[in-house]
Amino acid sequence: MSYDNPLPVIDQDSAPYWEAARQGRLDIPLCADCGKHHFYPRTVCPHCFSDKLSFDTVSGRGTVHSFTISRRPAGPGFADEVPYVVALIDLQEGPRMMSRIETDDVESVQIGSSVEVIFVRATDEVTFPYFKLT
Amino acid sequence: MKNGRDPVIVGLADSALEGGRFVKQASVLGHCALVANEALKEAGLSMKDVDGLLTAGMWGVPGPGQLNTVTLGEYLGIMPMFVDGTNIGGSAFEAHVAHAAMALREGYCEVALIVYGSDQKSLRSRTLGGRPSVLNMQHETPYGMLTPVGGYAMAARRHMHEYGTKSEHLAEIAVAARKWAQLNPAATRQDDMSIDDVMDSMMISDPLHLLDCCLVTDGAGAIVMTTAERAKDLKTTPVSVKGYGESHSHWAISEMPDLAHLLPAAKAAKRAMEMAGVKHSDIDVTQIYDSFTITVLLSLEALGFCKPGEGGAFVSDGRIAPGGEFALNTSGGGLSALHPGMFGMFLLIEATRQLRGDCGARQVKGAETALVHGTGGTLSSGATVILQKGLQA
Repeated sequence: MSYDNPLPVIDQDSAPYWEAARQGRLDIPLCADCGKHHFYPRTVCPHCFSDKLSFDTVSGRGTVHSFTISRRPAGPGFADEVPYVVALIDLQEGPRMMSRIETDDVESVQIGSSVEVIFVRATDEVTFPYFKLT
Repeated sequence: MKNGRDPVIVGLADSALEGGRFVKQASVLGHCALVANEALKEAGLSMKDVDGLLTAGMWGVPGPGQLNTVTLGEYLGIMPMFVDGTNIGGSAFEAHVAHAAMALREGYCEVALIVYGSDQKSLRSRTLGGRPSVLNMQHETPYGMLTPVGGYAMAARRHMHEYGTKSEHLAEIAVAARKWAQLNPAATRQDDMSIDDVMDSMMISDPLHLLDCCLVTDGAGAIVMTTAERAKDLKTTPVSVKGYGESHSHWAISEMPDLAHLLPAAKAAKRAMEMAGVKHSDIDVTQIYDSFTITVLLSLEALGFCKPGEGGAFVSDGRIAPGGEFALNTSGGGLSALHPGMFGMFLLIEATRQLRGDCGARQVKGAETALVHGTGGTLSSGATVILQKGLQA
Protein backbone atom coordinates (compact mmCIF):
# COMPACT_ATOMS: atom_id res chain seq x y z
CA MET A 1 0.00 0.00 0.00
CA SER A 2 1.42 3.38 -0.94
CA TYR A 3 1.79 6.18 1.58
CA ASP A 4 0.09 9.37 0.36
CA ASN A 5 1.03 11.86 3.08
CA PRO A 6 4.15 14.03 3.34
CA LEU A 7 7.29 12.16 4.34
CA PRO A 8 10.29 13.73 6.04
CA VAL A 9 13.17 14.68 3.78
CA ILE A 10 15.82 13.06 5.96
CA ASP A 11 19.14 14.91 6.15
CA GLN A 12 22.54 14.36 7.77
CA ASP A 13 21.42 15.92 11.08
CA SER A 14 18.28 13.82 11.38
CA ALA A 15 19.35 10.48 9.87
CA PRO A 16 20.25 8.82 13.23
CA TYR A 17 16.91 9.94 14.73
CA TRP A 18 14.85 8.49 11.87
CA GLU A 19 16.95 5.29 11.76
CA ALA A 20 16.37 4.79 15.50
CA ALA A 21 12.61 5.33 15.03
CA ARG A 22 12.68 2.70 12.28
CA GLN A 23 14.18 0.33 14.84
CA GLY A 24 11.59 1.25 17.48
CA ARG A 25 13.66 3.65 19.60
CA LEU A 26 13.29 7.37 20.37
CA ASP A 27 16.83 8.73 20.12
CA ILE A 28 17.43 12.46 20.52
CA PRO A 29 20.60 14.54 20.96
CA LEU A 30 22.20 14.93 24.39
CA CYS A 31 24.85 17.60 25.08
CA ALA A 32 27.97 16.41 26.93
CA ASP A 33 28.74 19.98 28.09
CA CYS A 34 25.43 21.16 29.56
CA GLY A 35 23.79 17.78 30.06
CA LYS A 36 20.57 18.81 28.32
CA HIS A 37 18.67 17.01 25.59
CA HIS A 38 17.27 18.90 22.64
CA PHE A 39 14.88 18.33 19.75
CA TYR A 40 14.91 18.53 16.70
CA PRO A 41 18.48 17.23 16.09
CA ARG A 42 21.08 19.92 15.42
CA THR A 43 24.89 20.05 15.14
CA VAL A 44 25.18 22.71 17.86
CA CYS A 45 23.36 22.59 21.20
CA PRO A 46 20.64 25.32 21.26
CA HIS A 47 21.03 25.61 25.05
CA CYS A 48 24.81 26.18 25.38
CA PHE A 49 26.07 26.21 21.75
CA SER A 50 28.43 23.27 22.30
CA ASP A 51 29.02 20.76 19.52
CA LYS A 52 29.70 17.85 21.90
CA LEU A 53 26.47 16.05 21.06
CA SER A 54 25.50 12.41 20.80
CA PHE A 55 22.22 10.58 20.34
CA ASP A 56 20.65 9.19 23.51
CA THR A 57 17.73 6.79 23.78
CA VAL A 58 15.03 8.43 25.91
CA SER A 59 12.06 7.06 27.81
CA GLY A 60 9.40 7.92 25.24
CA ARG A 61 7.19 9.17 28.06
CA GLY A 62 5.87 12.69 28.41
CA THR A 63 2.84 14.94 28.75
CA VAL A 64 0.64 16.88 26.35
CA HIS A 65 1.69 20.56 26.32
CA SER A 66 -0.98 21.61 23.84
CA PHE A 67 -2.87 20.13 20.92
CA THR A 68 -5.34 20.79 18.17
CA ILE A 69 -8.01 18.54 16.76
CA SER A 70 -7.79 18.81 12.99
CA ARG A 71 -11.38 18.74 11.78
CA ARG A 72 -10.25 19.26 8.22
CA PRO A 73 -7.41 17.34 6.57
CA ALA A 74 -4.03 18.97 5.89
CA GLY A 75 -3.98 17.61 2.36
CA PRO A 76 -5.95 14.86 0.61
CA GLY A 77 -3.93 12.00 2.12
CA PHE A 78 -5.17 12.87 5.60
CA ALA A 79 -8.86 12.92 4.60
CA ASP A 80 -9.59 9.41 5.90
CA GLU A 81 -8.12 10.28 9.29
CA VAL A 82 -10.16 13.36 10.36
CA PRO A 83 -10.73 14.19 13.10
CA TYR A 84 -7.22 13.59 14.39
CA VAL A 85 -5.11 15.04 17.19
CA VAL A 86 -1.83 16.84 16.48
CA ALA A 87 -0.03 17.59 19.73
CA LEU A 88 3.07 19.09 21.26
CA ILE A 89 4.58 16.57 23.65
CA ASP A 90 6.85 17.59 26.52
CA LEU A 91 9.21 14.64 26.87
CA GLN A 92 10.22 13.62 30.40
CA GLU A 93 13.80 14.50 29.43
CA GLY A 94 12.83 18.11 28.62
CA PRO A 95 12.48 18.70 24.89
CA ARG A 96 9.16 19.39 23.19
CA MET A 97 8.21 17.70 19.95
CA MET A 98 5.25 17.61 17.59
CA SER A 99 3.51 14.33 17.00
CA ARG A 100 0.13 12.67 16.69
CA ILE A 101 -1.88 11.15 19.51
CA GLU A 102 -3.55 7.94 18.42
CA THR A 103 -6.92 7.63 20.07
CA ASP A 104 -10.43 6.51 19.21
CA ASP A 105 -11.82 9.45 21.20
CA VAL A 106 -10.27 12.78 20.21
CA GLU A 107 -12.25 14.53 22.94
CA SER A 108 -10.41 12.52 25.62
CA VAL A 109 -7.09 14.31 25.07
CA GLN A 110 -6.31 17.05 27.60
CA ILE A 111 -3.40 19.39 28.25
CA GLY A 112 -1.32 17.57 30.84
CA SER A 113 -2.40 14.07 29.74
CA SER A 114 0.35 11.44 30.17
CA VAL A 115 1.49 9.86 26.93
CA GLU A 116 3.87 7.20 25.72
CA VAL A 117 5.56 6.77 22.36
CA ILE A 118 4.39 4.19 19.83
CA PHE A 119 6.00 3.58 16.48
CA VAL A 120 3.90 3.71 13.32
CA ARG A 121 5.50 2.48 10.12
CA ALA A 122 4.84 4.57 7.02
CA THR A 123 7.34 3.20 4.48
CA ASP A 124 10.43 0.99 4.50
CA GLU A 125 12.53 4.06 5.35
CA VAL A 126 10.21 6.03 7.62
CA THR A 127 8.59 5.10 10.91
CA PHE A 128 6.90 7.90 12.86
CA PRO A 129 7.02 8.25 16.64
CA TYR A 130 3.35 8.76 17.53
CA PHE A 131 2.01 8.83 21.08
CA LYS A 132 -0.88 7.20 22.96
CA LEU A 133 -2.57 8.19 26.20
CA THR A 134 -1.45 6.19 29.25
CA MET B 1 12.30 70.07 13.79
CA LYS B 2 14.95 68.29 15.79
CA ASN B 3 16.65 66.53 12.93
CA GLY B 4 16.02 67.10 9.24
CA ARG B 5 16.73 63.44 8.54
CA ASP B 6 14.02 62.08 10.84
CA PRO B 7 11.97 59.45 8.95
CA VAL B 8 8.49 60.34 7.71
CA ILE B 9 5.75 58.51 5.78
CA VAL B 10 4.66 60.77 2.90
CA GLY B 11 2.82 58.47 0.52
CA LEU B 12 0.55 55.44 0.50
CA ALA B 13 -1.74 53.53 -1.80
CA ASP B 14 -3.63 50.27 -1.92
CA SER B 15 -5.38 48.51 -4.76
CA ALA B 16 -9.14 48.32 -5.27
CA LEU B 17 -10.72 44.93 -4.60
CA GLU B 18 -14.14 43.53 -5.42
CA GLY B 19 -15.17 40.38 -3.58
CA GLY B 20 -11.56 40.09 -2.40
CA ARG B 21 -10.19 40.04 -5.94
CA PHE B 22 -8.27 42.73 -7.81
CA VAL B 23 -10.56 44.91 -9.92
CA LYS B 24 -7.82 45.73 -12.45
CA GLN B 25 -6.33 42.97 -14.57
CA ALA B 26 -2.58 42.83 -14.00
CA SER B 27 0.12 40.44 -12.81
CA VAL B 28 1.20 40.59 -9.19
CA LEU B 29 4.22 42.69 -10.21
CA GLY B 30 1.90 44.87 -12.27
CA HIS B 31 -0.20 45.59 -9.19
CA CYS B 32 2.98 46.38 -7.19
CA ALA B 33 4.01 48.91 -9.82
CA LEU B 34 0.57 50.55 -9.95
CA VAL B 35 0.31 51.11 -6.19
CA ALA B 36 3.93 52.27 -6.07
CA ASN B 37 3.24 54.93 -8.70
CA GLU B 38 0.07 56.03 -6.92
CA ALA B 39 1.78 56.32 -3.52
CA LEU B 40 4.60 58.39 -5.02
CA LYS B 41 2.22 60.57 -7.00
CA GLU B 42 0.11 61.61 -4.01
CA ALA B 43 3.28 62.91 -2.35
CA GLY B 44 4.36 64.77 -5.49
CA LEU B 45 7.19 62.34 -6.14
CA SER B 46 7.87 59.91 -8.97
CA MET B 47 9.71 56.64 -9.50
CA LYS B 48 12.76 58.69 -10.55
CA ASP B 49 13.08 59.89 -6.95
CA VAL B 50 13.18 56.39 -5.45
CA ASP B 51 16.61 55.24 -4.28
CA GLY B 52 15.48 52.79 -1.61
CA LEU B 53 13.39 49.68 -2.41
CA LEU B 54 11.96 47.30 0.18
CA THR B 55 9.64 44.37 -0.43
CA ALA B 56 8.61 40.96 0.81
CA GLY B 57 6.22 38.54 -0.77
CA MET B 58 5.34 35.04 -1.73
CA TRP B 59 5.16 35.50 -5.50
CA GLY B 60 7.52 33.83 -7.95
CA VAL B 61 8.92 31.19 -5.61
CA PRO B 62 10.78 29.12 -6.63
CA GLY B 63 12.08 31.47 -9.32
CA PRO B 64 12.32 35.24 -9.66
CA GLY B 65 10.68 35.86 -6.27
CA GLN B 66 13.72 34.37 -4.54
CA LEU B 67 15.50 37.63 -5.34
CA ASN B 68 12.42 39.73 -4.82
CA THR B 69 13.89 43.24 -4.62
CA VAL B 70 15.96 42.49 -7.72
CA THR B 71 12.97 41.28 -9.73
CA LEU B 72 10.74 44.11 -8.52
CA GLY B 73 13.45 46.72 -9.21
CA GLU B 74 13.82 45.35 -12.74
CA TYR B 75 10.04 45.50 -13.33
CA LEU B 76 9.89 49.07 -12.01
CA GLY B 77 12.95 50.09 -14.06
CA ILE B 78 14.98 51.47 -11.17
CA MET B 79 18.44 50.88 -9.69
CA PRO B 80 18.00 51.45 -5.94
CA MET B 81 21.06 52.04 -3.73
CA PHE B 82 19.37 50.78 -0.56
CA VAL B 83 17.50 47.48 -0.74
CA ASP B 84 15.87 45.29 1.85
CA GLY B 85 14.06 42.04 1.19
CA THR B 86 13.64 41.10 4.84
CA ASN B 87 10.95 38.47 5.09
CA ILE B 88 9.81 37.62 8.61
CA GLY B 89 6.23 36.91 7.51
CA GLY B 90 3.34 39.34 7.63
CA SER B 91 5.21 41.67 9.97
CA ALA B 92 7.94 42.23 7.36
CA PHE B 93 6.63 45.70 6.45
CA GLU B 94 6.84 46.99 10.02
CA ALA B 95 10.48 45.82 9.95
CA HIS B 96 10.90 47.52 6.57
CA VAL B 97 9.73 50.83 8.05
CA ALA B 98 12.37 50.39 10.76
CA HIS B 99 15.11 49.59 8.26
CA ALA B 100 14.12 52.43 5.92
CA ALA B 101 14.08 54.80 8.91
CA MET B 102 17.65 53.85 9.77
CA ALA B 103 18.76 54.18 6.14
CA LEU B 104 17.15 57.63 5.89
CA ARG B 105 18.75 58.81 9.13
CA GLU B 106 22.11 57.54 7.95
CA GLY B 107 21.84 59.33 4.60
CA TYR B 108 21.92 55.96 2.85
CA CYS B 109 18.83 56.84 0.86
CA GLU B 110 16.44 59.78 0.32
CA VAL B 111 13.18 58.22 -0.81
CA ALA B 112 12.30 54.68 0.27
CA LEU B 113 9.51 52.71 -1.41
CA ILE B 114 8.00 49.76 0.47
CA VAL B 115 5.76 47.56 -1.69
CA TYR B 116 3.69 44.42 -1.35
CA GLY B 117 1.42 42.52 -3.69
CA SER B 118 -0.37 39.19 -3.72
CA ASP B 119 -2.83 37.64 -6.14
CA GLN B 120 -3.44 34.55 -4.00
CA LYS B 121 -7.23 34.81 -4.24
CA SER B 122 -7.29 35.11 -8.02
CA LEU B 123 -4.72 32.32 -8.34
CA ARG B 124 -6.41 30.19 -5.65
CA SER B 125 -2.85 29.46 -4.50
CA ARG B 126 -3.43 29.50 -0.75
CA THR B 127 -3.05 25.98 0.57
CA LEU B 128 -3.55 24.52 4.00
CA GLY B 129 -1.25 21.53 3.46
CA GLY B 130 1.64 23.88 3.63
CA ARG B 131 5.26 23.60 4.23
CA PRO B 132 7.61 21.23 2.40
CA SER B 133 8.86 18.57 4.74
CA VAL B 134 12.53 19.62 4.77
CA LEU B 135 14.94 20.77 7.51
CA ASN B 136 12.95 21.77 10.64
CA MET B 137 9.63 21.04 8.90
CA GLN B 138 10.48 17.33 8.46
CA HIS B 139 9.52 17.11 12.16
CA GLU B 140 6.13 18.80 11.76
CA THR B 141 4.61 18.62 8.27
CA PRO B 142 4.25 14.79 8.26
CA TYR B 143 1.93 14.94 11.29
CA GLY B 144 -0.82 16.68 9.33
CA MET B 145 -1.30 19.89 11.27
CA LEU B 146 -3.17 22.49 9.22
CA THR B 147 -0.75 25.35 8.67
CA PRO B 148 -0.65 27.97 9.86
CA VAL B 149 -4.00 27.70 11.72
CA GLY B 150 -2.99 24.61 13.71
CA GLY B 151 -0.14 26.39 15.46
CA TYR B 152 -2.42 29.29 16.38
CA ALA B 153 -4.98 26.76 17.63
CA MET B 154 -2.38 25.18 19.91
CA ALA B 155 -1.48 28.62 21.29
CA ALA B 156 -5.17 29.42 21.82
CA ARG B 157 -5.74 26.16 23.67
CA ARG B 158 -2.71 26.81 25.86
CA HIS B 159 -3.96 30.31 26.70
CA MET B 160 -7.38 28.88 27.54
CA HIS B 161 -5.72 26.30 29.80
CA GLU B 162 -3.52 28.80 31.64
CA TYR B 163 -6.02 31.65 32.00
CA GLY B 164 -9.53 30.35 31.37
CA THR B 165 -9.89 32.30 28.14
CA LYS B 166 -13.03 31.26 26.25
CA SER B 167 -13.97 30.94 22.59
CA GLU B 168 -16.51 33.73 23.23
CA HIS B 169 -13.63 36.10 24.02
CA LEU B 170 -12.03 35.29 20.69
CA ALA B 171 -15.37 35.72 18.94
CA GLU B 172 -15.62 39.27 20.39
CA ILE B 173 -12.51 40.14 18.38
CA ALA B 174 -14.00 38.87 15.13
CA VAL B 175 -17.29 40.67 15.75
CA ALA B 176 -15.56 43.97 16.54
CA ALA B 177 -13.54 43.70 13.32
CA ARG B 178 -16.75 43.14 11.35
CA LYS B 179 -18.36 46.23 12.89
CA TRP B 180 -15.35 48.34 11.90
CA ALA B 181 -15.49 46.82 8.40
CA GLN B 182 -19.10 47.98 8.10
CA LEU B 183 -17.74 51.55 8.38
CA ASN B 184 -15.07 50.96 5.72
CA PRO B 185 -16.41 51.07 2.15
CA ALA B 186 -13.34 49.16 0.91
CA ALA B 187 -13.76 46.22 3.30
CA THR B 188 -14.44 42.82 1.74
CA ARG B 189 -16.93 41.47 4.33
CA GLN B 190 -19.63 43.77 5.66
CA ASP B 191 -22.55 41.46 6.42
CA ASP B 192 -23.77 41.40 10.03
CA MET B 193 -22.07 38.88 12.27
CA SER B 194 -22.72 37.92 15.91
CA ILE B 195 -20.73 36.08 18.55
CA ASP B 196 -23.02 33.09 17.99
CA ASP B 197 -22.25 33.19 14.27
CA VAL B 198 -18.55 32.85 15.07
CA MET B 199 -19.14 30.08 17.62
CA ASP B 200 -21.42 28.20 15.21
CA SER B 201 -19.09 28.48 12.22
CA MET B 202 -17.23 25.38 11.07
CA MET B 203 -14.51 24.15 13.42
CA ILE B 204 -11.30 24.20 11.38
CA SER B 205 -8.54 23.37 13.84
CA ASP B 206 -10.08 23.02 17.28
CA PRO B 207 -10.52 25.44 19.12
CA LEU B 208 -10.41 27.88 16.17
CA HIS B 209 -13.52 28.22 13.99
CA LEU B 210 -13.74 29.42 10.41
CA LEU B 211 -14.72 32.92 11.58
CA ASP B 212 -11.70 33.06 13.91
CA CYS B 213 -9.59 33.02 10.72
CA CYS B 214 -8.62 35.91 8.47
CA LEU B 215 -9.95 36.29 4.95
CA VAL B 216 -8.10 35.07 1.89
CA THR B 217 -7.98 37.94 -0.62
CA ASP B 218 -5.78 39.60 -3.21
CA GLY B 219 -4.20 42.93 -2.39
CA ALA B 220 -1.34 45.31 -3.09
CA GLY B 221 -0.08 48.25 -1.08
CA ALA B 222 2.77 50.74 -1.04
CA ILE B 223 4.27 53.21 1.40
CA VAL B 224 6.74 55.99 0.62
CA MET B 225 9.13 57.31 3.25
CA THR B 226 11.53 60.23 3.15
CA THR B 227 13.20 62.67 5.52
CA ALA B 228 11.44 65.38 7.52
CA GLU B 229 13.39 68.00 5.57
CA ARG B 230 12.15 66.66 2.22
CA ALA B 231 8.62 66.08 3.55
CA LYS B 232 8.14 69.82 4.19
CA ASP B 233 7.90 70.42 0.43
CA LEU B 234 5.58 67.49 -0.38
CA LYS B 235 1.81 67.46 -0.86
CA THR B 236 0.60 65.03 1.81
CA THR B 237 0.14 65.36 5.58
CA PRO B 238 3.39 63.91 6.95
CA VAL B 239 3.32 61.10 9.51
CA SER B 240 6.50 60.71 11.55
CA VAL B 241 8.06 57.35 12.37
CA LYS B 242 8.91 57.78 16.05
CA GLY B 243 9.93 54.31 17.17
CA TYR B 244 10.40 50.77 15.96
CA GLY B 245 11.44 47.31 17.10
CA GLU B 246 11.51 43.75 15.77
CA SER B 247 12.30 40.23 16.90
CA HIS B 248 11.53 36.60 16.17
CA SER B 249 11.80 33.34 18.09
CA HIS B 250 10.84 30.25 16.07
CA TRP B 251 9.40 28.88 12.85
CA ALA B 252 8.33 25.41 13.98
CA ILE B 253 5.50 25.76 16.52
CA SER B 254 7.20 23.13 18.73
CA GLU B 255 10.08 25.60 19.09
CA MET B 256 7.90 28.50 20.30
CA PRO B 257 9.42 29.44 23.68
CA ASP B 258 6.04 30.00 25.37
CA LEU B 259 2.79 29.19 23.59
CA ALA B 260 0.65 31.57 25.63
CA HIS B 261 2.97 34.61 25.49
CA LEU B 262 4.51 36.43 22.52
CA LEU B 263 8.08 37.11 23.61
CA PRO B 264 9.22 38.71 20.31
CA ALA B 265 6.24 41.08 20.38
CA ALA B 266 7.06 42.14 23.92
CA LYS B 267 10.69 42.87 23.00
CA ALA B 268 9.78 44.74 19.82
CA ALA B 269 7.10 46.89 21.47
CA LYS B 270 9.24 47.78 24.49
CA ARG B 271 12.02 49.04 22.25
CA ALA B 272 9.65 50.93 19.92
CA MET B 273 7.78 52.66 22.73
CA GLU B 274 10.96 53.63 24.58
CA MET B 275 12.45 55.01 21.38
CA ALA B 276 9.31 57.05 20.72
CA GLY B 277 9.01 58.12 24.34
CA VAL B 278 5.34 57.15 24.51
CA LYS B 279 3.22 55.37 27.12
CA HIS B 280 0.23 53.13 26.44
CA SER B 281 -2.10 55.96 27.42
CA ASP B 282 -0.59 58.11 24.64
CA ILE B 283 -1.77 55.72 21.90
CA ASP B 284 -4.94 56.96 20.17
CA VAL B 285 -5.35 54.20 17.61
CA THR B 286 -3.87 50.71 17.41
CA GLN B 287 -3.46 48.37 14.46
CA ILE B 288 -2.58 44.79 15.44
CA TYR B 289 -2.12 41.91 13.03
CA ASP B 290 -5.24 39.74 13.09
CA SER B 291 -4.37 36.62 11.15
CA PHE B 292 -6.57 34.85 13.69
CA THR B 293 -8.56 36.16 16.62
CA ILE B 294 -6.06 34.65 19.08
CA THR B 295 -3.25 36.68 17.44
CA VAL B 296 -4.92 39.90 18.60
CA LEU B 297 -5.53 38.69 22.14
CA LEU B 298 -1.95 37.46 22.60
CA SER B 299 -0.57 40.67 21.06
CA LEU B 300 -2.61 42.98 23.32
CA GLU B 301 -1.07 41.23 26.32
CA ALA B 302 2.48 41.13 24.93
CA LEU B 303 2.35 44.81 23.93
CA GLY B 304 1.38 45.66 27.49
CA PHE B 305 -2.12 47.04 26.92
CA CYS B 306 -3.26 44.55 29.57
CA LYS B 307 -1.63 41.99 31.82
CA PRO B 308 -0.96 38.39 30.72
CA GLY B 309 -4.22 36.48 30.97
CA GLU B 310 -6.42 39.58 30.90
CA GLY B 311 -6.82 39.75 27.12
CA GLY B 312 -10.23 38.07 27.20
CA ALA B 313 -11.64 40.58 29.64
CA PHE B 314 -9.93 43.44 27.78
CA VAL B 315 -11.73 42.75 24.48
CA SER B 316 -15.13 42.03 26.08
CA ASP B 317 -18.29 44.15 26.01
CA GLY B 318 -17.50 45.90 22.74
CA ARG B 319 -14.41 47.66 24.05
CA ILE B 320 -12.51 47.24 20.75
CA ALA B 321 -15.58 47.75 18.52
CA PRO B 322 -16.61 51.15 17.05
CA GLY B 323 -17.70 53.37 19.92
CA GLY B 324 -15.60 51.39 22.41
CA GLU B 325 -12.82 52.97 24.39
CA PHE B 326 -9.97 51.20 22.55
CA ALA B 327 -9.83 51.90 18.80
CA LEU B 328 -8.38 48.73 17.29
CA ASN B 329 -8.07 47.55 13.68
CA THR B 330 -10.29 50.28 12.35
CA SER B 331 -10.25 49.06 8.73
CA GLY B 332 -11.90 45.80 9.72
CA GLY B 333 -8.48 44.16 9.70
CA GLY B 334 -7.46 40.88 8.18
CA LEU B 335 -10.58 39.30 9.63
CA SER B 336 -13.03 41.43 7.64
CA ALA B 337 -11.32 44.00 5.35
CA LEU B 338 -8.67 42.11 3.39
CA HIS B 339 -5.89 39.60 3.98
CA PRO B 340 -3.64 39.09 0.99
CA GLY B 341 -1.22 36.70 2.73
CA MET B 342 1.01 39.27 4.44
CA PHE B 343 -1.20 41.89 6.07
CA GLY B 344 1.40 44.07 7.80
CA MET B 345 1.50 46.55 4.91
CA PHE B 346 -2.20 47.32 5.37
CA LEU B 347 -1.86 47.90 9.13
CA LEU B 348 0.61 50.69 8.29
CA ILE B 349 -1.64 52.14 5.60
CA GLU B 350 -4.67 52.25 7.92
CA ALA B 351 -2.68 53.79 10.80
CA THR B 352 -1.32 56.48 8.49
CA ARG B 353 -4.80 57.22 7.11
CA GLN B 354 -6.12 57.56 10.66
CA LEU B 355 -3.35 60.02 11.59
CA ARG B 356 -4.00 62.01 8.40
CA GLY B 357 -7.69 62.14 9.35
CA ASP B 358 -8.76 60.47 6.09
CA CYS B 359 -10.96 57.70 7.50
CA GLY B 360 -14.48 59.05 7.11
CA ALA B 361 -17.09 57.17 9.15
CA ARG B 362 -14.47 55.12 10.97
CA GLN B 363 -12.19 58.07 11.79
CA VAL B 364 -10.87 58.10 15.36
CA LYS B 365 -11.37 61.73 16.38
CA GLY B 366 -8.19 63.62 17.19
CA ALA B 367 -5.89 60.68 16.51
CA GLU B 368 -2.30 61.89 16.93
CA THR B 369 -0.35 58.76 17.88
CA ALA B 370 -0.69 55.24 16.50
CA LEU B 371 0.83 51.90 17.39
CA VAL B 372 1.20 49.33 14.62
CA HIS B 373 2.17 45.78 15.45
CA GLY B 374 2.74 43.02 12.94
CA THR B 375 3.02 39.29 13.57
CA GLY B 376 4.52 36.88 11.06
CA GLY B 377 4.86 33.15 10.50
CA THR B 378 3.19 31.09 13.22
CA LEU B 379 3.41 33.68 16.00
CA SER B 380 7.07 33.65 14.94
CA SER B 381 7.98 37.30 14.56
CA GLY B 382 6.82 40.59 15.99
CA ALA B 383 7.57 44.10 14.73
CA THR B 384 6.22 47.35 16.15
CA VAL B 385 6.11 50.88 14.73
CA ILE B 386 5.02 54.04 16.55
CA LEU B 387 3.66 56.77 14.28
CA GLN B 388 2.76 60.38 15.05
CA LYS B 389 0.92 62.96 13.01
CA GLY B 390 2.97 65.78 11.55
CA LEU B 391 6.66 66.63 11.65
CA GLN B 392 7.58 66.13 15.26
CA ALA B 393 9.81 68.42 17.28
